[in-house]
Amino acid sequence: MSNQQVEPMLEMYLFETKQLIEQLEQIILNSEKADEYCPTDINEIFRITHTIKGASAMMLFDNIAGLAHSFEDVFFFLREEKPQNADCSKLSDLILEGIDFINAEFEKIGSGGDADGDATSLTLGVKDYLDCLKKGNSASPKAELPDMSAAKSQHYYVSQQKPFSSGKNFFRATVFFENDCGMENIRAYTIIQSLQDVAADISYIPDNIMEDDSTVEIIHRDGFQIFFATNQSLAEMQEYLAKTILFGRFELIDSVAISTEKQVCRPKEIIMEDPPVKVPNKEPVVADKDSHTAGPQSMISVNVDKLDRLMDLVGELVISEAMVTQNPDLRGLALSNFSKAVRQMEKVTSDLQDTVMSMRMLPLAATFHKMHRIVRDMCKKLGKEVELILTGEETEVDKNIIEHISDPLMHLIRNSIDHGIEPGEEREAAGKPLRGRITLEAKTAGSDVVILIKDDGRGLNKNKILGRAREHGLVHKPEEELSDKEIYSFIFAPGFSTKEKVTEYSGRGVGMDVVVKNINSVGGLVLIDSIPGAGSTITLKIPLTLAIVDGMMIKVGENRYTIPTTAIKESFRPRESNIVIDTDGNEMILLRGECYPILRIHRIFGVNTQVTTFTEGIVVMVENESDTFCLFADELIGEQQVVVKSLPPYIKTMRKVGGVAGCTLLGDGSISLILDIGGMLKRAQEYT
Amino acid sequence: MAGNEVKELELDEDTQKDKYLTFLLGAEVYGIEIKFVTEIIGRQAITEVPDLAEYVKGIINLRGKIIPVIDVRLRFKKPLVEYNDRTCIIVVDIKNVAVGLIVDTVAEVLTIAEQDIVPPPQIQNGGSQRFTKAIGRVGNDVKLLLDCDRLLGDEEMADLETPVG
Repeated sequence: MSNQQVEPMLEMYLFETKQLIEQLEQIILNSEKADEYCPTDINEIFRITHTIKGASAMMLFDNIAGLAHSFEDVFFFLREEKPQNADCSKLSDLILEGIDFINAEFEKIGSGGDADGDATSLTLGVKDYLDCLKKGNSASPKAELPDMSAAKSQHYYVSQQKPFSSGKNFFRATVFFENDCGMENIRAYTIIQSLQDVAADISYIPDNIMEDDSTVEIIHRDGFQIFFATNQSLAEMQEYLAKTILFGRFELIDSVAISTEKQVCRPKEIIMEDPPVKVPNKEPVVADKDSHTAGPQSMISVNVDKLDRLMDLVGELVISEAMVTQNPDLRGLALSNFSKAVRQMEKVTSDLQDTVMSMRMLPLAATFHKMHRIVRDMCKKLGKEVELILTGEETEVDKNIIEHISDPLMHLIRNSIDHGIEPGEEREAAGKPLRGRITLEAKTAGSDVVILIKDDGRGLNKNKILGRAREHGLVHKPEEELSDKEIYSFIFAPGFSTKEKVTEYSGRGVGMDVVVKNINSVGGLVLIDSIPGAGSTITLKIPLTLAIVDGMMIKVGENRYTIPTTAIKESFRPRESNIVIDTDGNEMILLRGECYPILRIHRIFGVNTQVTTFTEGIVVMVENESDTFCLFADELIGEQQVVVKSLPPYIKTMRKVGGVAGCTLLGDGSISLILDIGGMLKRAQEYT
Repeated sequence: MAGNEVKELELDEDTQKDKYLTFLLGAEVYGIEIKFVTEIIGRQAITEVPDLAEYVKGIINLRGKIIPVIDVRLRFKKPLVEYNDRTCIIVVDIKNVAVGLIVDTVAEVLTIAEQDIVPPPQIQNGGSQRFTKAIGRVGNDVKLLLDCDRLLGDEEMADLETPVG
């Protein structure tokens, strides 16, 4: 996505509104679970929809604004009238549909398109619902609800009279004059003069139009803004202004929208908020809003690129620190003061590193909560009852990683509901509670995050998987030798599905391999386990961060390589008697009764080295999801945390380097390549 | 960062006009436009990267920035010579791609006026012909002016596709 091209204002709008939408979705889901909308929630929803409406109208996304407006109407009604006959689940459906619509529009906007989706049917649906509510609640006909049609037909969204305003209507008009009409300030003054006939409390920016001729430019650039109060309705004012203002166009917005607008575009509007601006008599809603925005002011949003840059710099700082403190010139010198200073500096840099890392960390909560929605939708469609339990959602993970695990999690949850959890009758027959249960759990383990997706469904069917694996020609070993784990991991193969019927959600056999690919791309692992009849557990093991990896440094010839510690099972110096060479010349090692293939790194990478006999070097046993094998290197150098850097783009575009995940700088300034275990194996297979 | 440099380069366009950095491969003198050159560094420890074309020797660490290095001799299909103390790496920045060029030695910066530059003769003898953008005359000497894009370019990637190593 071309983020740079999105202008700052729009970016801000998308960012803030997305957050609001997420919040809204959460409240709706919670309320639906509780089967009622409590007053605080209604207020909150009202506030959110109102803000979305205002912001969207300002950005001229009329379809979004119109939709948000219709929601606002419903919740306004709910808040004021407290009807007893509200159909919660229907309302939730409507709003969730709306949320999907808005999200889809955002997608378009974000990728540079126009928000051209048509929300009319949704808006009508909401309106129908509101009508139903009103009819059922006809005992209180005094509810003056805004007229929907006005909102839909106008180009600039304008909200109607709010019943809570104190009898007068407050508006803001922004007038833009035609480019070459000249004497903008005089023209502006005439407008003010004529407005005084119908409106009171008039204030305007710039305020010194008659005294200062330079205001002409300001008006020309920013428009001429007028704030006023009047007894006339919006439509009447529209007409009046249209008659008064010649040689220009104008926007008319009611003052509630003004206050929202200020929230959304704070950085840009600051200049306009000079003291003379008087937003007359803030309504209670406005005050409410201010108290809400006061909280998050201790947060600032920073461009991720800047954080990445900072991260890079800290990485470089750590390296240059090592270059200074381990400088060969210092060797053999007794420098007690120097060492003291070095220790101090090391402490500071390591603190700095931790802080920078923590800045990029986000809790998994947002990602986890999204799953509620998926569970809900699927349960409705499939007629199953499933409860989603979240634990450890406060676990923090690097932002990059969060982006990569949201899709896999979605797939896995869908799979669990579709394949795992049985239909109600089947569950009862098996003596299980009617309601299925999926647990989504996150915890940190060392420098990894472990995410467990556990369901209490029917578990994986070993025979079925094996049968399907045979059909796909995936079984390369005698079947009786396959361990349960090996059989289960067949479902990670591309195109694999045991489901006879393709459903909307799963069964196409794309999914599990995508999950594995996504998780692998952030250096993680997918493991699967299952107990027939009692459910299955999928474990995702993901590094906390991509930027720093625990690695084991090995040496082959002149080159040094780093193997991620997560992939290493053990390392040892082999004994001659354990080496087996089969008739094809494949080298293997026998260890505790199991045979593992050995890959010689020097051969795979074509590196010259003196060490070619196994007994002189070292063997490192590594594993990924499906395979365990050994790598042969000259010697182990040691374990070290390394800052991951990607290979230069020139090399990456030229050729895909298999088996190399990236590179890192060592303390002495030299470069070590970070090995990608899966890629090594693939290379080796191509090589032979 | 890179953007700034480019801007500065544009500003300096005038002072850099017609200036060429010349270097030697054996006895031949080659020149590249000075605006591409970022810096010249001595020999560095090069980390090999598998799967690359033969002339890409690997990657080096340039003050925390990792850049690939190309051996210009190998690029021109000339015999490789041992690197020695005079071996230099010219760091060039072409379209925001930083690459190091390994050359036998760097000679000097020359001003070659436009009228002294002639297009290369059209002889199809392969070799380094296609890397030569023009020929510059300085006194009685002739300098081959290189086309940096082609030097890095992947036009001939197609026929190099069979992996080396």
